[in-house]
Amino acid sequence: MALPLFPLPDDPGPDFASLLARTNTAAVPTMRETELTIRHSTTVVALRFADGVVMAGDRRATEGHSIAHRAMEKVFPADRHSAVAIAGAAGPAVEMVRLFQVQLEHYEKVEGVALSLEGKANQLAQMVRAHLPYAMQGLAVVPLFCGYDLARGIGRIFTYDVTGGHYEEADFQATGSGGRDARTTIKLGFRDGLTRDEGIELAVEALYEAADEDAATGGPDLVRGIYPLVAVVDETGYARAEEAEVAERFNALIERRRAERAVGGRGEHQ
Amino acid sequence: MPFYVAPEQVMKDRAEYAQKGIARGRSLVAAVYDGGVLIVAENPSRSLHKISEIYDRIAFAGVGKYNEYDQLRVAGVRHADTKGFTYSREDVDARSLANLYAQFLGNVFTHEMKPLEVEILVAELGADGRPDQLYHIAYEGTITDEERFAVLGGDAETINERVAAAYEDGWELAGALRAAVGALAGAERTLGPSDLEAAVLARQNGRRTFRRLGDAELADLLGTEAAAS
Repeated sequence: MALPLFPLPDDPGPDFASLLARTNTAAVPTMRETELTIRHSTTVVALRFADGVVMAGDRRATEGHSIAHRAMEKVFPADRHSAVAIAGAAGPAVEMVRLFQVQLEHYEKVEGVALSLEGKANQLAQMVRAHLPYAMQGLAVVPLFCGYDLARGIGRIFTYDVTGGHYEEADFQATGSGGRDARTTIKLGFRDGLTRDEGIELAVEALYEAADEDAATGGPDLVRGIYPLVAVVDETGYARAEEAEVAERFNALIERRRAERAVGGRGEHQ
Repeated sequence: MPFYVAPEQVMKDRAEYAQKGIARGRSLVAAVYDGGVLIVAENPSRSLHKISEIYDRIAFAGVGKYNEYDQLRVAGVRHADTKGFTYSREDVDARSLANLYAQFLGNVFTHEMKPLEVEILVAELGADGRPDQLYHIAYEGTITDEERFAVLGGDAETINERVAAAYEDGWELAGALRAAVGALAGAERTLGPSDLEAAVLARQNGRRTFRRLGDAELADLLGTEAAAS
């Protein structure tokens, strides 16, 4: 290996993906034709609270009708002040996140300053767009991106479609096969200026309802002690909520649902 | 028809040229302290850095001509990120990077018209009981590794003596900083936070151990000396 120095017209600048393309083509994430197992369904949610954003995702990965993995993580720190969650084909999605993480750090180190939140969202959009040919073959990757905008002092959420189109959401968003149910739950419980705890609680409820309705979304796994992953991004940066805290909230939620049933508040078959 | 010039003379001229270029700039001190590695440079600029982050546990510092060592810095970041992405983050180490730098500088020194007027330092924070490493690479590709401290720049010898005299094993950040700044300044001058650029690779910083010390923090660390003495 020699020092990666380039003549000026060929210099990749702070772009890690084009650096990879110039140095080590084998490492450029491409879909191998043999990778035909498609792990799709998921629920990931993001919602704004007073001081930042809460992001959460279930842990189930499926292959057709069987469960491929019970403890998969779908929410990742993108850098210090942003997080990315994925829905879609697991292999390319995780690879995209890995490249995205390195890209943000690479840019920050080469340029000496971190990208703006808007810039990070655009970078991710370009990666999703580059993935479109694979999406056309059924291996779609649909990320959800959120972060704390240090310049504006607020949390912001961006959603994507398979073509790389990205749209900023005002307050909350959920994607994946259980996204609709999760979104409805958040819509009913959302108000401006939620506290951190209220935000986490709402995300937990949304994931619970999504898992209740969607076969491909995993609920809390009480037997194995696997709970959905919840992360908070605020001024101090990305922090994953303690598993004990998440477990406690799910257990409390289950207790409440049981009590509601016991007094006959809910129909037999709901 | 070109005149014959003895190879000894060519090398001597090149070395002299590089040394002169390096001596024009200000010096830099790196030292190991109880929580990691400290690097301090005399640098009045807030944006043209001499000290930078390469990877999770690796820092880069250069003295001499800015455009030349900055090009080396960017190449270092590229090398480290590519290696970490292709293999794993723990496979990125300072030794292999320092070797690449040494090879490159050595090549330029022997084959190009003009040698690079830089001296660089690659510092690595030790993990899993391995000691911290400071690799000092000179303009002609000579590489030395230090386990306690390293001095780069024009007046390296004098500064080196001053740091050696003040050095204590396992000192704290404030002590190391004061000694390093004292050594850079010498007896006649005093250097304040606005004349300095400082950064640490600190064990407590999590995955990315590199952190710059801001003016306020520098003043605070240097100021405790005034109160104590």
